[in-house]
Amino acid sequence: MTSATKATSDGYEQAFSALRSSGGPSWLPALRREAMDRFNALGFPTTRNEDWHFTSVTPIAERVFKIAPTRSGPATLSPADVATAAIGDPDWHRLVFVNGRFEASLSAFAGLPAEVRVTTLADALKETPEFVAEHLGKLAKSEGQTFTAFNTAFAQDGVVIHVPGGEVVEAPVHIVHIADVHAAGAGIHPRLLVVAEPLSQLTIVESFVCTGSPGAAYLTNAVAEIEVGNGARVNHYKIQRESTDAYHVGTTQVRQGRDSMYHSFAYASGAAISRTNIYTQLAGENAETRLNGLYLIDGTQHADHQTFVEHLAPACASRELYKGILDGSSHGVFNGKVYVDPIAQKTDGKQTNHALLLSDQARVDTKPQLEIFADDVKCTHGATVGRLDEAALFYMKSRGLGADGARALLTYAFAAEVLETIEVDQLREGLEALAFARFTHGEQR
Amino acid sequence: MLTIDNLHATAGDKEILKGISLTVNAGEVHAIMGPNGSGKSTLAQIIAGHPGYTVTSGSVTYEGRDLLALQAEERAQAGVFLAFQYPIEIPGVTNAYFFRTAYNEVRKANGKEELDPIEFLDLMETKLKLVEMDPAMLHRSVNAGFSGGEKKRNEILQMAVLEPKLAILDETDSGLDIDALRVVAGGVNALRRPDNAAIVVTHYQRLLNYIVPDFVHVLANGRIVKSGGKELALELEARGYDWVLEAA
Repeated sequence: MTSATKATSDGYEQAFSALRSSGGPSWLPALRREAMDRFNALGFPTTRNEDWHFTSVTPIAERVFKIAPTRSGPATLSPADVATAAIGDPDWHRLVFVNGRFEASLSAFAGLPAEVRVTTLADALKETPEFVAEHLGKLAKSEGQTFTAFNTAFAQDGVVIHVPGGEVVEAPVHIVHIADVHAAGAGIHPRLLVVAEPLSQLTIVESFVCTGSPGAAYLTNAVAEIEVGNGARVNHYKIQRESTDAYHVGTTQVRQGRDSMYHSFAYASGAAISRTNIYTQLAGENAETRLNGLYLIDGTQHADHQTFVEHLAPACASRELYKGILDGSSHGVFNGKVYVDPIAQKTDGKQTNHALLLSDQARVDTKPQLEIFADDVKCTHGATVGRLDEAALFYMKSRGLGADGARALLTYAFAAEVLETIEVDQLREGLEALAFARFTHGEQR
Repeated sequence: MLTIDNLHATAGDKEILKGISLTVNAGEVHAIMGPNGSGKSTLAQIIAGHPGYTVTSGSVTYEGRDLLALQAEERAQAGVFLAFQYPIEIPGVTNAYFFRTAYNEVRKANGKEELDPIEFLDLMETKLKLVEMDPAMLHRSVNAGFSGGEKKRNEILQMAVLEPKLAILDETDSGLDIDALRVVAGGVNALRRPDNAAIVVTHYQRLLNYIVPDFVHVLANGRIVKSGGKELALELEARGYDWVLEAA
């Protein structure tokens, strides 16, 4: 351990001791302590760690991010601020967190079906501690995962969603994390726990956005655990549009039962350094997982996506399409792992990853990893890194489009293919408009 | 309208055009014929502003302007249109959006008002009929997954929308069956006016049964080796290219 990491480790240990949370179930301190010990033992990953080879987290590791202080006084953000910052719809069920703290005045989720439980983690710990104990930390384990351990040790709040068997939640549940001007220097560790029981249906939208500019770094380290029961369907949209001063690490762990469907869409355009982990386990026969994503980065931004699909049962399908558009001297990383267990015969897996480089300085590292231990499977992967098609540019110019307009339209078209997979209209249209404005008018994020 | 004077051009180290001279006046249709590799498509692409060629000497004057000094988009805005031999697929951009953007860019450059999407759809309705295309094509990505015939119709549709002064059709007949050929030629004929002109590049005489040219030029080895009226095309059809090449 270097002196710098010793200093941050001591700093976090102090912060951890200061937390001494009030109330809460008796098992919670032990879970946190265990996570804290794990966090200390693991330390932050270095680029010698295979999973972090292309992403240095030194800027995160060399300082102590303060656990976001509890707000005192009235909310400083208005509902209009929330609507401006996050793409959404007034009809959605909405839970808003500002700098990691739940803001009841900005939230509205009373219209849910009576059987469906959506609460903050803090409330769930008081109201249904047994349920939380049964599920929290069961999928998102701290072993080998520094950032998950870090979250478990420090998570102050979050969301717990329990959809009983057969219940269908029509409108999306929108979880909005806003960083405002007071976020500077803060470490925010949101937690999401979702249990979708058999034959239920749920759409979750997680938005990580900022308002104003904190003007200094903050860290979001989010962890989501999602259990998708037999025959259940969960759509999960993660929209990462943090401040470009921010660091963002988001880990999603999913376990799917038989005949279930999990559809994930990860959008990333913010943060100085971002890392998105999406890990799904296909644990029951005939389950399907769809992982799509788009990242748009510029300047010196770094965006790393790691997906891991574990085929642990026969006849499951996985479909993955990730696209990246990189400008400036930005750096993108895509690492897509697929594991096919010996029992997982008739696996049908397809992974596609395309990156579009808009400048000579932009760089992308792509690493598909297939580990297949069953013999009757169909698994393919394809990756491309390219530039705008010169023939198409000439074609467009020959129809009267200026060079800049032609480039913008082609760039947008590249993004549109994956944005089309978003099934929530308002979200798809909102992101299309954002991407379009960004490429045609040079607007940001 | 268009004056090409002693045009020489290279692609890489290879000289492809070796001194082409051609004058096209308003109201005229010129056919450029010739064997494969003679430089027909190169000439068409150079007029449209393709960046892959270098003009080493000679000049191209269009409506009194030095055409070679203009960017490809400026040429399009000035009324030059190339129907591509191999139309490009652009997944993710709908025909409707692409056509409207092109149309409005050309309008804007000519100081005219742009059309909004509704007005533009009205315009498209009449143009679609001209090339007998299903309106559903407007909502598909540009040329993506189109058959050869659909792509060529889509080129003529763009031409009908943009109403160029000088249209260059680069082997628009290649790969078309007779019905598609008739539709494509019908579209071109419907757009003929005393104040515009067309250059029809083709390998075969067949297209010229439908689009009747005023002049026929034979291009071989980078030069125009013979020019004549529409009867020259028939003679080429009957006798092939060899006699012209030998005479040259």
